Order: sequence, then C-alpha cells, then structure tokens
Amino acid sequence: MPRIKLPTWFVLLLPAIIILASVVLVPLLLSLYSSFTPYRLTRPETLWKWIGTYNYQKAMGDWNFWVAFGRTILLLTVALNLEMILGLGLALLVNRVTYGQRALRTFMMFPMMFSPILVGFQFKFIFNDNVGLVNSALQSLGLSDTAIPWLVDGKLAFFAIVFAETWMSTSVFAILILAGLYAIPSDPMEAAKVDGCTPWQTFRHITLPFIMPFIYIALAIRSLDVARAYDIVQIMTNGGPARRTELLWTLIGRTGYVDAKMGYANAMGYISIILAVFFTVYFFNKLNAARSELGMAG
Amino acid sequence: MDINQKHRLQGLLLGSLHKITLFLAMSIICIPGLWIVLNSFRPTVEIMAKPPVWIPNELNLDHYRAMFGAAGEGGVPVVQYFTNSLIISVTSTLIAILVGMAGGYAFARFKFKGKTWIFIGLMLTRAVPGVALSLPLFIVMAKTGLIDTHIGLIIVYVAMNVPFTIWLIDGFFRQIPHELAEAAEIDGCTRWQAFWRVEFPVARAGIASAGIFAFLTSWNEYALASQLTRSTFSKTMPVGLRDFTSEFTINWGGMCALAVLMIIPALILTFIVQKHLIAGLTFGGVKG
Repeated sequence: MPRIKLPTWFVLLLPAIIILASVVLVPLLLSLYSSFTPYRLTRPETLWKWIGTYNYQKAMGDWNFWVAFGRTILLLTVALNLEMILGLGLALLVNRVTYGQRALRTFMMFPMMFSPILVGFQFKFIFNDNVGLVNSALQSLGLSDTAIPWLVDGKLAFFAIVFAETWMSTSVFAILILAGLYAIPSDPMEAAKVDGCTPWQTFRHITLPFIMPFIYIALAIRSLDVARAYDIVQIMTNGGPARRTELLWTLIGRTGYVDAKMGYANAMGYISIILAVFFTVYFFNKLNAARSELGMAG
Repeated sequence: MDINQKHRLQGLLLGSLHKITLFLAMSIICIPGLWIVLNSFRPTVEIMAKPPVWIPNELNLDHYRAMFGAAGEGGVPVVQYFTNSLIISVTSTLIAILVGMAGGYAFARFKFKGKTWIFIGLMLTRAVPGVALSLPLFIVMAKTGLIDTHIGLIIVYVAMNVPFTIWLIDGFFRQIPHELAEAAEIDGCTRWQAFWRVEFPVARAGIASAGIFAFLTSWNEYALASQLTRSTFSKTMPVGLRDFTSEFTINWGGMCALAVLMIIPALILTFIVQKHLIAGLTFGGVKG
C-alpha cells in the first residue's frame, strides 16, 4: 500500500483543526439542528420533532429580541469607540513618560488581570445605590444628597455597564497601541521635524497610519469579545431592570436555561452569530488595507 | 517676554498637564481594584458602613481566616479551587501554545490554497459565545464522561485559546527572515533542527506573550466553567466566587479575599512576562 504523503502545512494545522472541530464545530452542529426543533430542556423527547424554520420566524417577529440586538450593537459602538480613544490617549501619555515606564505599564495592565465575572461583582458593589463607592464619594463631596440608583434606573444601568466594560478593556487597546508606538521607525519622525510639521500634523500623517494596524487588531479582538459580552452584564444587572440592559446573550441564556426553550434560544443564537461574522470580516479587511498602505501585507 | 521664556513656560505647562492627566488616568485604572484589596482586610461592618469609612480604622485577616476555615464558618474549599484553576490553566496554556506554534508556523511559512479563508474560519470559532456552546458541549461531554473533570475544561480552554495563539505566533514567525532558517539548513541542519535552534529562540518572546494572554483567558473564564463543573473536584476560582453569594445577600468581604487570591498569580505572571510582552506584540502586530 502506498503511503499517502500529506502536505506539511496540513500536518501542522491538523491539531488545531481537530481540536476546534471537536470542541466548537460538533456542538455548533448539534445546536444548529436543535434550532429546528421545539427542544425544551425539561422534555428531552422534543429534540426529535422537526419543526423547520418556526423558531427563526418567531425570533424575526420578536420585539424583545430586536431590542436586545440593537442594544448589543449600541454597546459595541459606544464601548469600542470609547476604549479606542481612551486607549490611544493613555498610550500616548505613557509613551511620553521618560522614566518608570515599566512600572506604569504594569499598573496600566491591572484591569486585564481581572476576571470579567470579578469585574461584574466589583462594579455591582461600586455602583450599589446604598453603600457603593460612587454614591459615597458623591455624597462625601457634597455633589449629591440623595442616593443615585445606578443599577436600578435603566439609562444609568446601561451607563454603569459601559463604564465597567470600558474600565476592563481600555488597557488592551493601550498596550497594543503602545506596542505600535514603539514600532514606529524614527526616520520619518525626524524628517517631519526638519520639514517643520506641527505636532498635530506629525501625529495625523505619520504616527496614526503606523498605529492603525494595531488599532484594527484590538478592534477585531474586542468586537468579538464585546459582542459576546455576558459575564459582566449577567452579574451587574442580569438584563434588568425590566429588560433595560438586556443584551443578546443574556436574553439567549435566559431563554435557554431559565425558560428552558433551548431550540428557540439556539435559533436566536444563530441570528446573532451573523453579527460576529460581519465584524470579524469587516475588521480583517480593514486591517489588511491598513497594512498594505504601509507595505506590510501578505 | 522674549520667545525663549515663552517657550519654556509653555513646555512647563504642557509637562505638568501631562503629569496631572496621567495621574488621573492611572487613578481611575487602579482605584476600583485597590478598593477590592482594601475591603478584603476590613471588617464587614466597615465595608457596609453608611456614612462611608474612607480611612480604615482596623485592618485584619478575618476574611482570609474565614475563607480558609471550616465549611460551617464561611469557609470555602479555596485551596482545592486554586489547585484546580492552576492545573487547568497551566496545562491548557501549554497545549494551546504548542498547537498554536504548529498552526502559526504553517500560516507564516507555507503557501497553500484557501489560506485566508482557513485563517478567518479559525478566528471565527472565537466569536462563538460561551453561552451558545455550553449546552451542546454539556451534552457531548456528558456522553463522553468528561463532565466535572480537569481534562474536560482543559480541552475546552485549548480550543478557546488556539485561534488567538495562532494569530499572534503567526505574526512572530513572519517577522523572522526566511534566510535565517535557510542558512541553517544549508549548514546541515534538518528543518526540524533549524526550527528549534534558530527560529524558536528568536520568536520566544512573542510566544511568551501569546502564552500570557492564553493563561489569563483560561484563568478568568466563567460561563463555560460554571456549566461544565459540578463539585470541588473541578470547580475553578471564578466559579468559586459564586460560593459567596446566596439568594439575597452577598458576602462582600469573603468575595474580596478570594478576588485578591485570584489576582495574585495573574499579577506575578504579567509582571515577569511584561518585559517581553511589548517586544513580542510589536512583531506580532505589524507583520501578522
């Protein structure tokens, strides 16, 4: 029997493909199948009943689902932009420091070491309307004499979640952008100085194009993580008050596990994953475009 | 005022503005975490005091003592959780790095059909939320008897981290010129030897930084761990945090103590590796 010779790249990729196929693909196919059934956790036999696209049609007409969908996009836009701008600012600030930079970088990465569930608990406590740090500080400073119900009021609760999310992840942007700042070659900077560019012009035309690939990498990674945000929201508000902070995955988690409507939850899940696919491909293209501008694609 | 004086004044003003802004930014970054650390040393009465007690009157180790204490007195099996977390995170990180190195090397050094699409496909597996995976995974794991075992979580975390390690490590290998390995092969090394003796040492810093991201992800993961673990035999620290909550109350002091215990290993590891981190990310980002 002739030995089949597999190409080396395939052999090297095989472990990754096997593990991702078995851990992600098989369960995904299972849940794809169940999204076409009225599967309920409490009645396992419902898994064998085929009902076609009923769950999908139901999700399409479900107002709560679309509100959660819109709110997830809102959170994505607000949090990602905030994290990017603040991260850029922080990186520029730290980059200017002449000594003690290593210590500063370690401090800067402090929030990255926190588990999202821990961040959830931490800010649940900090924004507590009775004994929380924020209210205590506001009252001690005399800025407010009543307790502000941060996590009870719908709008404020959304703000609190954005704050927690931004607090946790700004440093991811900052560290990647800082890496980009270190990678800028010094020649164009000096040339700009000789040509009499203002600091703003130097930043706009030299610094920014160089760090764009880093910003897109951070955006790509973070967009995936925010789109599946679950831990923080589940702990801080659990989608409440009265669905005012309901995001896609808290809604899906609740439908699946609390209401036990697994088939329906999976159908909603599949509609949502399209969102993640869109963002991944979008940022991947942006990244490649930014790289080819610098002649680094390939 | 002559022009020199004006410039000097402007520089001084900008310099202090820079320092003040940096100080404020760092305060916002550090205070929430430090508040947790501080609370873990304070009696519960003081944590919940109203009006708030800003300067602690008394610092003690009560919460830690309770946490390590007997089950009836607020103790949780924290040593077991810590061990579980450590075994699971370290093993899965090591495997994820090995798999990621093989995959990253393939993407960086070989030309093949459909490369971009395979790459995007691998990345997309990270886009699937833990909640969506948890039930089907639970079913698969229950069938194979991997529920409540270390191996079950290790496999899951390897899968979670592989896309990311491939992406980063691919970038580091691209940074190393082809000629380096080729020269070694001309000198009589096999491709395998050339990899270990020449390319691996150069990419080591980058691989370390991929490792720390992988470690932090598995150390901190909650959604899947809470589904796939049952008992103290495999529960990890993030799941252990839940031991301090009951239906209506949360034991904040105890939770803060466990939180501190959770952050320490991450802090130590980041501090050790962070010197390499920036250098590693620089390569991985630009050419990735």
